[in-house]
Amino acid sequence: MAHAVETGVKHEDHESIKIAGFWIFLVQDVLLFATLFATYVVLRNHYAGGPTPKELFDVPGFVAETFILLTSSFTSGLAALQLNKKSVGGLITWLVITGVLGLAFLGFEINEFTNMVQEGATISTSAFLSAFFTLVGTHGAHVTLGLGWMLGLIIQLARRGITPVTSRKVSVLSLYWHFLDAVWIFIFTVVYLIGVM
Amino acid sequence: MQTQHFFIVGDPLILGADISIILVSAAIIFVLTYFKKWGWLWREWLTTVDHKKIGIMYFISALLMLFRGGVDALLMRLQLMFPNMNLLESEHYNEIFTTHGTIMILFMAMPLIFAMFNIAVPLQIGARDVAYPFLNAVSFWLFFFGALLLNLSFVIGGSPNASWWGYPPLSELTFNPGPGENFYILSIQISGIGSIATGINFLITILKMRAPGMRLMDMPLFTWSVLSSCIVIIAAFPVLTVALFLLFMDRFAGAHFFTMTHGGDPMMYVNLFWMWGHPEVYIVVLPAFGIFSEVVSVFSKKVIFGYTSMVVSLLLISVYAYFTWVHHFFTMGAGADVNTFFSISTMLIAIPTGVKVFNWLLTMYRGRIRMTEPMLWTLGFIVCFVVGGATGVMLSVAPADYQYHNSYFVVAHFHNVLIGGTVFGMFAGMTYWWPKIFGFKLNPTLGKWAFWLWNIGFYVCFMPQYALGFMGMTRRIYTYPDDMGWTPYNVVSTIGAFIMALGFVFQVWQIVYSAKRMDRDVTGDPWDGHTLEWSTTSPAPYYNFAVIPKVEGRDAFWKEKKKRSQPDYKPEKRELKPIHFPKNSGIPFIMGVCFFIAGFGLTFHWVWLGVIGLIGVAATLYARSFQYDTEYVIPVEEIKKTEAALGRDI
Repeated sequence: MAHAVETGVKHEDHESIKIAGFWIFLVQDVLLFATLFATYVVLRNHYAGGPTPKELFDVPGFVAETFILLTSSFTSGLAALQLNKKSVGGLITWLVITGVLGLAFLGFEINEFTNMVQEGATISTSAFLSAFFTLVGTHGAHVTLGLGWMLGLIIQLARRGITPVTSRKVSVLSLYWHFLDAVWIFIFTVVYLIGVM
Repeated sequence: MQTQHFFIVGDPLILGADISIILVSAAIIFVLTYFKKWGWLWREWLTTVDHKKIGIMYFISALLMLFRGGVDALLMRLQLMFPNMNLLESEHYNEIFTTHGTIMILFMAMPLIFAMFNIAVPLQIGARDVAYPFLNAVSFWLFFFGALLLNLSFVIGGSPNASWWGYPPLSELTFNPGPGENFYILSIQISGIGSIATGINFLITILKMRAPGMRLMDMPLFTWSVLSSCIVIIAAFPVLTVALFLLFMDRFAGAHFFTMTHGGDPMMYVNLFWMWGHPEVYIVVLPAFGIFSEVVSVFSKKVIFGYTSMVVSLLLISVYAYFTWVHHFFTMGAGADVNTFFSISTMLIAIPTGVKVFNWLLTMYRGRIRMTEPMLWTLGFIVCFVVGGATGVMLSVAPADYQYHNSYFVVAHFHNVLIGGTVFGMFAGMTYWWPKIFGFKLNPTLGKWAFWLWNIGFYVCFMPQYALGFMGMTRRIYTYPDDMGWTPYNVVSTIGAFIMALGFVFQVWQIVYSAKRMDRDVTGDPWDGHTLEWSTTSPAPYYNFAVIPKVEGRDAFWKEKKKRSQPDYKPEKRELKPIHFPKNSGIPFIMGVCFFIAGFGLTFHWVWLGVIGLIGVAATLYARSFQYDTEYVIPVEEIKKTEAALGRDI
């Protein structure tokens, strides 16, 4: 066993190791959502005399939500392009736009939930609604967390500019944001489209 | 909530526990203050990110939890020793079997395997630390405060009483309005986040941090077993998180996932729980398999027989683990086709496991065997696990399972594989790696006493329970009439439990005695080991290796030693360089406290306290995100000084 002279992991490797770990985190998050989806699919016809998806879901509302979130995924991609160009100003601008779109998405979702509760369709009404609120709400909670994260990152970028550490953080955040977009596509299909069909 | 419901009073056992908790806490505070050790505790332990120290803390916590869970077990055995006993009331008995199971699986077995992960994996792969040292500390403190939350239920608010799996509708608000089940849900949830983080951490550590030259198929088998265990953790724990979260929504937000009304489906919980629960037993037993592979090879002075088949069977077990969950409730009535599928998939698991057993035996065949303590635990395991495996195959036959289901036969089976597998495995690992961590061997004479008491006590305790299962004794009953014919078997079983307890006493005695009397290990390699952890000093310096080793093939250190014994061997010049090292941090501990506050608040439906705790969690996450100066450099001079103090010249 000849002894090499290197003294440990180099700094750039540190950052790539962190991105690898985040991929694995996303794997477990996929499984978390998969479990929630499975629960929803099992319980989706358990109306218990309560309202059905057709009566509840507002087509223009959830289509608008979907387009807003898809656009925010696109703008976070544009932010990543600015990162490659090493332009802090452009990066922050596109992150802010992404964040605003995320907030708009959340606004639509909160509005939808409030309307449903006012119509008497609460989480306690039926197993279907319990599964609906929990699945869609968990996605919404992820988006909220992502927005808080984005805010912190924008502050750090403004203070420190683009460094190996901040650019790794931007990469990880955009992975997370695209992941939430992919989960939403499944919610859009499994919950909303199949629900109103 | 009224005070008498908040603090549990009235039961003499719990009153005794209250008093002893207060006395022990007062004694700890007194000793720390008197010897001025608060600063030491904070700097060296509470803020550490060193994987070895975190491993030691996991280990100590696991031993404490083994004691608590063991006392629960002894109380149950005393209650069941004779018919119509009045030691425990039915309600108290329910609480004790619930906490016994929850603690033993989640707060004893899990930290014990994490202790071994932390102690051995970075050293075995020639790394200076895990991939994410800070996250490692977070994992530990989440486990610690989760365990604290569950144990608090004993004296505040009341323990959970719906068994360690917490099946609805019994665990729903309607039938279980007290805070006990909330303690159960939130404590497992908090420590579960830590477990997932540990799974990710060690998976990436093994994939990305190996010493140069070490290919995947050169890795020690313990490292392979940790890799497969981590894969199972990452894939299984999210399901538990969701199952408990949904139960929490039922209890806290009035949802109807698992209720009997409004379209809820209790069997959904049972399925989700075991989708995690069955893989969980592989999570805790695979690392034990890894330890046995190391021990058998070192103490037979041979390379392991069938390395590749060992790796393949580890990975096969971690895949099969997901396709067997329904065998925990064949009686659900899923139909013959579903039961047949799960019956066969369960039987299939016996094949890779059998391959491993034969490989261990063939490694010993014509080896130069040394009967050390780790080797004794390994041999004890092989016999015990074969019995447990055989009864497991009996249980996998779905029609026969209708007879065994919910009987003492099942209780005997899973103790057979969990004590014989995981616990014996971790004890083998403890005695094997002890000198590496603490710098001295454990006393072998006391250790052999402990081994024989555990081993004999085990059979005396659990073999009669197989018979009791056949005789119709069901699980979780708190007493029985005297005309059942069960009494002699129960008496013998209880005696066995106390023999095992005596074994535990010997282990504690062994640790205390060895700390005082045993000689220091100055070689760093007391067992003539094969793998890299034995190439550094005992105990290992905080940076593990002054120079990162370069690896050529399996059993790297053994090959190196052979090379050194050649007459024409010339040591290569080893050049020291400064080491980048992570700084200690108090944030993981504070985050654990915040999670604890949030969990405690939500347990009692004090939303304000829960919100305060969660804000604290968010604040600690933010604080960490804004921290950039997280590393420091160890200069060459300091490495030289440390190495010299440990008796190595560079």
